[in-house]
Amino acid sequence: MEGLLHWIPLAPLLAALACGLGGKAIGRIGAAVVANAAVALSFVLSCMVAWEHYQTGAIIHATWYDWASVGGQFLAIGFLVDGLTATMLLVVTSVSFMVHIYTIGYMRDDPGFQRFFAYIALFTFAMLMLVMSDNFLQLFFGWEAVGLVSYLLIGFWFKKPTAIHANLKAFLVNRVGDFGFLIGIGLVLAYCGSLDYADVFARRGSLANAEVELLPGVGWDAITVVCIALFIGAMGKSAQLPLHVWLPDSMEGPTPISALIHAATMVTAGIFMVARMAPLFELSEAALAFVLVIGAVTAFSMGLLGLVQQDIKRVVAYSTLSQLGYMTAALGASAYGVAIFHLATHAFFKALLFLGAGAVIVALHHEQDMRRMGGLARRMPLTHIAMVVGSLALCGVPPLAGFFSKDLIIEAARMHEGFGGGFAYALLLASAFVTSFYSFRLLALVFYGKTRMEDKDYSHVKDCAWTITLPLAVLAVMAVAAGLLLMEPLLGATWFTGPDAPAVASSHAPALAEAYPTPLSMLIHAYASPVLYVALGGVALALYLYLAAPGLLKQVAGGAGPLRAVLERKYGFDDFYQLVFANGARALGGLLWRRFDGAVIDGVANGLADLVAGAARWLRGIQTGRIYHYAFVMIISIAAILPWVMRAGD
Amino acid sequence: MLLSWLIWLPIATGLVVLGFGRHAEAAKSLALVSAAMTLSLSLLALLAFNPNLTGMQLTVDIPWITALAIDYALGVDGIALALIILNCAVTLLTIIAGWNVAKQPTVYMAAFLLMCGFVNGVFCATDAALFYIFWEATLVPLFLVIGVWGGERRVYAAIKFFLYTFLGSILMLVAFIWLYDYLGTFDILLMHRSYIPPEAQPWIFFAFLAAFAVKIPMVPVHTWLPDAHVEAPTGGSIILAAIMLKLGGYGLLRLALPIVPDASVEYAWLLIALSLVAIVYIGLVALAQTDMKKLVAYSSVAHMGFVTLGIFVFSELGLAGAVYQMVSHGFVSGAMFFCIGVLYDRMHTRQIGDYGGVANTMPKYATLLLLFAMANAGLPGTSGFVGEFMVVLAAIDANIWWGIIAATALITGAAYSLWMYKRAVFGAVANEKVGALKDIDGREFSILAVFAALVLLFGVWPLPLTELIDASVADLAARVERGKL
Repeated sequence: MEGLLHWIPLAPLLAALACGLGGKAIGRIGAAVVANAAVALSFVLSCMVAWEHYQTGAIIHATWYDWASVGGQFLAIGFLVDGLTATMLLVVTSVSFMVHIYTIGYMRDDPGFQRFFAYIALFTFAMLMLVMSDNFLQLFFGWEAVGLVSYLLIGFWFKKPTAIHANLKAFLVNRVGDFGFLIGIGLVLAYCGSLDYADVFARRGSLANAEVELLPGVGWDAITVVCIALFIGAMGKSAQLPLHVWLPDSMEGPTPISALIHAATMVTAGIFMVARMAPLFELSEAALAFVLVIGAVTAFSMGLLGLVQQDIKRVVAYSTLSQLGYMTAALGASAYGVAIFHLATHAFFKALLFLGAGAVIVALHHEQDMRRMGGLARRMPLTHIAMVVGSLALCGVPPLAGFFSKDLIIEAARMHEGFGGGFAYALLLASAFVTSFYSFRLLALVFYGKTRMEDKDYSHVKDCAWTITLPLAVLAVMAVAAGLLLMEPLLGATWFTGPDAPAVASSHAPALAEAYPTPLSMLIHAYASPVLYVALGGVALALYLYLAAPGLLKQVAGGAGPLRAVLERKYGFDDFYQLVFANGARALGGLLWRRFDGAVIDGVANGLADLVAGAARWLRGIQTGRIYHYAFVMIISIAAILPWVMRAGD
Repeated sequence: MLLSWLIWLPIATGLVVLGFGRHAEAAKSLALVSAAMTLSLSLLALLAFNPNLTGMQLTVDIPWITALAIDYALGVDGIALALIILNCAVTLLTIIAGWNVAKQPTVYMAAFLLMCGFVNGVFCATDAALFYIFWEATLVPLFLVIGVWGGERRVYAAIKFFLYTFLGSILMLVAFIWLYDYLGTFDILLMHRSYIPPEAQPWIFFAFLAAFAVKIPMVPVHTWLPDAHVEAPTGGSIILAAIMLKLGGYGLLRLALPIVPDASVEYAWLLIALSLVAIVYIGLVALAQTDMKKLVAYSSVAHMGFVTLGIFVFSELGLAGAVYQMVSHGFVSGAMFFCIGVLYDRMHTRQIGDYGGVANTMPKYATLLLLFAMANAGLPGTSGFVGEFMVVLAAIDANIWWGIIAATALITGAAYSLWMYKRAVFGAVANEKVGALKDIDGREFSILAVFAALVLLFGVWPLPLTELIDASVADLAARVERGKL
């Protein structure tokens, strides 16, 4: 199996090259076949690798090739497959495969069909390199490469001004995160002398005992600085407050990539990375507290924004932000296994919700405004069922997937004894209510009630072709079953311990694993905990307000005027960044250029230049006026004078 | 002998081409053959070179001006050889890029061949006098290229370019003469080994710096570069960015560090400060540019900031990163300037605002330009990443704040590169002229494809280059570490 490992990322890469460079030659059908076959191959190989790992428990570690050598040390590209990677492999390749199939239908009429397949296959390659990496270098490669493809795909319709604004914004905000990430990697190298995970984890003691002087005289624990720097990377990629602003705008891209990249896989890279670095984060309580608070605040504040969106995709996007906050909070509570569990279940039900939303958008000929929908349950029954399943899973209704993972996160926060545990618990619980409210608001606006569409349009709406409904069906099954299937292996896993701290409860949240050993124990617990009732309350209230009591809804919305204004401005983050960073940097650059480069430096230099120009004018009178004659004279003079000067130097 | 061929073959054919006069086609063919042969010779040199050894290889040493102890002495280490191959490769591409130049094509071709030979001379010379002669000689072809084929303000730009670089190099000459006076030799390798008194080292260091800082260029002596680029024809810009700027970095590595290591260490703080200023300040200035060539020219200054930062951190990682950055910047900036030339040939404007939606009419071009813009922004997987990555890591190791400041280039680099790309290439077709654009032809495509292949190859597999320079870099780092006092 080890010898085949590199084919998992390589197959989609080759497909991307074929679709990208030979798009015309292989045609639309060719591109679809090649890309789907390649991702299917990746999926099958991933299953085999994961199976082998789960069967034997063996950790596969293979070097692919030496990347560079510096000072006799080699930086290598290699693969590490342990339980964490195996799980990620399954999630990434399965969702990617479903999205590839879905794309055939969704992008059917788009002139950029082959280009689109090239991009998503390239994305799959980059994401697989990221999760399979055994070192920081390759992790950073995958990290930035998924960012590149995200940039390409958000701007896929590059004629739309909003799309090319959104993709630049996404790339730059991610770069802010990557900036922190790079600092973290640099500190890891500086203190541990290696970029290989295994070496770094083995030498993490040298980080734990060191201090970094960020300000003169003020020593910070090196481990805290490293972890927070790395986490800043995660904040960019996984869109945590205050680096979240790019994700809602990324909805400008075609819907399949919203599902694949901006919900199921790429945005979870930050979660994956922190889980991968668990041996480091475990050494810093301060960093964990930071992670926990950021996660909880993101979960709640972004969920609130989901309440006021009118664009169907943006509701799902804010929901993704909120759920990423949940995962982050789980990481902060040291419940790494639970975070990955939620990552996996979320990948399935959120991909389902996005693809379902996409199906609605396609059926309505690219209408995304929910104010022009309604009553679609009768016209699109399959899509409706899929969306209901996805929403219930998202809300955490037992026994669907989201129930297990989300409830465990809230439990982890409740049991967490470190700083911020109670705060996080309260926010996450409140978020559960918000989650079900916006989810069922969406369902009510899109599928129920009387339609707000024109009659002739409405009567033409129907479920999409099988390439679109099949992935919905598969993902719906996973959204139901993933929780039951994955809970035990993920909660009981032993991957997150460092090499020198052999298997305690892998999740670093042993109390949690002990309290809930089986899915059944979770189900029993559900009826005694507030989470379920909070969630159901949200469902009921949303349905009541939007379907039965529109008058009351207007009153509530009217009464919440100032709050609503704040939410509609998205707390002002976008305006602030645009004003201060985007405009500010541009203005500062212009100022420096004109005032310093122009006035000061060139002011001095031009004085000299004028002198020379004057001399040249004078020379022109007595010489031929040909510039290169001067040059030749100059050089010949130098050659002639040089020996003489040298002799004088003796 | 191989090194002599590398120098004199292009120079000799350059002079022959010059004599072709009106026979432009024959001249171009000869220039192409000559450049291709020179590149093959440089690859032959690579085969003959043993990367595991330190010190000079393929050496030649013939007494030349015996009265002054000046030798015709040549030799290369891994760093020099890497830059020689870069030079030969870029020269070949530049000659193909200039195939359709209408004004005096023979002289144009000859200038680039002469340039190639002179630059190889700089990289090969192990005698200070010889080094200086080649160093000054490189000014002539480029001065001509800007002054004859340049834009409207070509005289201003050419003179500014000449003045800056010439004034700098005069001081280098003074340093050489002092060293000759003190040591009685022009042998650079002997200068490496000889004791230089501590009170003299700073003077020599700053004299060298005057020459190299202008060439690199470092802030605040960088303002000649944007002007020179704006006025230079496409080929001139490619050679200027890809090759000429490397002479400065090479000079620091070959002369300043090993000859006056103690002064280099003593004043490293200044050089590091200027490098960081280049990275941050120039990054912001680049953001404000409306002329594509100026934007890329400024971004060159910022990228060369990484070279000087890596050099003056003195660690093996930093030095290797600096050398890598020099080679990579050769490909990336060369490709960027060629890309701008492709647009300029069609629309005769370099203003970003005159474009918009180029991707609609030139999809192949847009794809390739995006690759180079990303490489310019230091995206992993492209060669632009490797050097910056190494230098940033080395800087963090030395002082976390140097690393933090340098790493801001991750943001500014992406901002100016991709914002330009967004305004010029993305969007709907902005005007009729853009709507009438024709995508790149076979010649243009093949040049960009070669650049793209190099950028990607050296991005995903830096090992061949790092192995070539590893021993030389380690040797240099050890010399600085040891010092001379």
